Amino acid sequence: MSNPTDRTETTALVRQSLQKRYAAEKRFRAYGIIAILASLGFLVILLASIIAKGTPAFTQTFVKLDVQLDAETLGISDSPSVDELRGANFNGVIRQTLRDQFPDVDGRKEKRDLYQLISTGAEYRLFDRVEADRSLIGTTLSLWVPADDELGAVIKNGDDLTRPDDIVTRMSDAQIGWAKQLQDKGQLEVRFNSTFFENGDSREPELAGIRAALAGSAFTLLITFCLSFPVAVAAAIYLEEFAPVNRWTDIVEVNINNLAAVPSIVYGLLGLAVFINFMHLPRSAPIVGGIVLSLMTLPTIIISSRAALKAVPPSIREAARGLGASDLQVVTHHVLPLAMPGILTGTIIGLAQALGETAPLLMIGMVAFIVDIPQTVTDAATVLPVQVYLWADSPERAFVEKTSAAIMVLLAFLVAMNAVAVLLRKHFERRW
Amino acid sequence: MSTYAQEAFDNLTETVGQAQVDNPKMRTENVDVFYGDKQAIHNVSLDIGNNEVIAMIGPSGCGKSTFLRCLNRMNDTIPSCEVTGKMTLDGEDLYGADLDPVLLRARVGMVFQKPNPFAKSIYDNVAYGPRIHGLSANRAELDDIVVDSLKKAGLFEEVKDRLDAPGTSLSGGQQQRLCIARSIAVSPEVILMDEPCSALDPIATARIEELIDELRQNFAIAIVTHSMQQAARVSQRTAYFHLGKLVEVSDTNTVFTNPQHELTENYITGRFG
Repeated sequence: MSNPTDRTETTALVRQSLQKRYAAEKRFRAYGIIAILASLGFLVILLASIIAKGTPAFTQTFVKLDVQLDAETLGISDSPSVDELRGANFNGVIRQTLRDQFPDVDGRKEKRDLYQLISTGAEYRLFDRVEADRSLIGTTLSLWVPADDELGAVIKNGDDLTRPDDIVTRMSDAQIGWAKQLQDKGQLEVRFNSTFFENGDSREPELAGIRAALAGSAFTLLITFCLSFPVAVAAAIYLEEFAPVNRWTDIVEVNINNLAAVPSIVYGLLGLAVFINFMHLPRSAPIVGGIVLSLMTLPTIIISSRAALKAVPPSIREAARGLGASDLQVVTHHVLPLAMPGILTGTIIGLAQALGETAPLLMIGMVAFIVDIPQTVTDAATVLPVQVYLWADSPERAFVEKTSAAIMVLLAFLVAMNAVAVLLRKHFERRW
Repeated sequence: MSTYAQEAFDNLTETVGQAQVDNPKMRTENVDVFYGDKQAIHNVSLDIGNNEVIAMIGPSGCGKSTFLRCLNRMNDTIPSCEVTGKMTLDGEDLYGADLDPVLLRARVGMVFQKPNPFAKSIYDNVAYGPRIHGLSANRAELDDIVVDSLKKAGLFEEVKDRLDAPGTSLSGGQQQRLCIARSIAVSPEVILMDEPCSALDPIATARIEELIDELRQNFAIAIVTHSMQQAARVSQRTAYFHLGKLVEVSDTNTVFTNPQHELTENYITGRFG
């Protein structure tokens, strides 16, 4: 029994310690908030720098040319076949237009500099227009063609063409002067860069596009999902619901957990050795990439699916069993629908990992320079992260913005996948 | 327990009273249940008669639920559990090679302590059993079964306008009645109830006890209960379990007013619980 004096001493001691405890709590909370703010800050800086660098890639400078489609200069007959058109001298016609606009330019080097203002891909635009409409032959066609990447970069940057000394560029002063003339006549315009989404990779930065990588990524991810999801979910169901508890299943479980931690490049080596060398599957194809990535994603999905299955309360299983449901019916009618949200989360995490993987795909050859858009899963392809890597290596200024733009497309792809996952989760969770 | 009572327990070899009835629905003889090395049920022989309610009472851990779960082979799902002895339903051996446990559970239904409706609508909850067993030929027949079961369980009036609402949106008592309706929908012959009212308030409990009395006309019911008063209210026969042994079984009146074994008397008078 404590007497009143002891009582007041205790209270005083407690009051003192309270001060310290509350101070410690405040500090802890402050650390938490600082940590969150710091991470958010880094995230904002990262996104802001990527978006700032990448947004210019979505616009492109075009030059307006009034091209005289003279059949003689083109070197074709009046009603040419497609093959004839392909061999036509569209480049020559474009150059003629430039010479007509700038008659003072002579000397071979000077003329070459003049021609360099226009992208080498311009002749293909002309070809497309003429092939679609043969009646254009013999007329003057007004058409916007992409500018060369150096000119394009300068215009997009908003540099003042009257002060050539202030501009950092490979263009000569003469070229800047001609560009100024084009600008004054309203023949230079910055427009939305649809080429970025229509073309595959190219040596010319103004013609390089992301479509091949996007298609490659889509095919690869599709194969990965179709292979890994059913196999992983079935494995998880078997291990969780049906497998006997003995030494063998323990070994299997340990191995699956270990596989989740294996560096991804090892799977690439496996793909190279088994699928390409031994099974002779096409190199650099999404099907091989898909198989390799699905092997990599399997452990992730299995582990999270098992956790989701374990989380379903046993009372539901007992109720179903008590009604006379067989073991498989208990799983498919009751456990699986309730575990779906968790399984989907694990799947999205695994697929998002697979989307960003570069190392294993390098091993199986998906690092090639892909110009044509892959049409099937056996065509040579590349994927978005590899495309980012290849472009990051190139020196031209226009590739810098394209690299960041490709990263933005990759992030958008991820956000879209996550949105699908969230929708699916909501759909299944509604049932609870 | 006093040493005298401990002696009485150790000396217990024979069940007092009438374990067997004429024409039983289910008969169990010399049943032992082991969880690994630990023996949970010692040599229990008990009959469950047609159209009767038999209550199983006893202190916690005495094996009532374990014994109940043997009757529809729910203990199969526990890996370390071993059951020996003879158990029959209408003369058929429960653990025989030609009896499918899935079929057994369609004939012997179970209601659990904590209501566990499926994460589906009320209609789908009740319809699940008939659906998987193919008990109805078309939607109209299924509707009939569902409505009939809900009426028998005393739940239809309260939910008839919202059969599509999720089963989990009901109150505790309603959920338990839904679970009972779910079991009835399969038309079992025996219903096993494992402390069905222990998670419910007194009013819900009273309704379910009324329900059990009505159900008795069509089914044989075995109910495990912690409440002696409940056993006295609803059952015709009562079996008293003690630490895995069946001490006494008799008609309810006798057990509660004139128990034959001293352990039974001690439990009923509240010397231990």
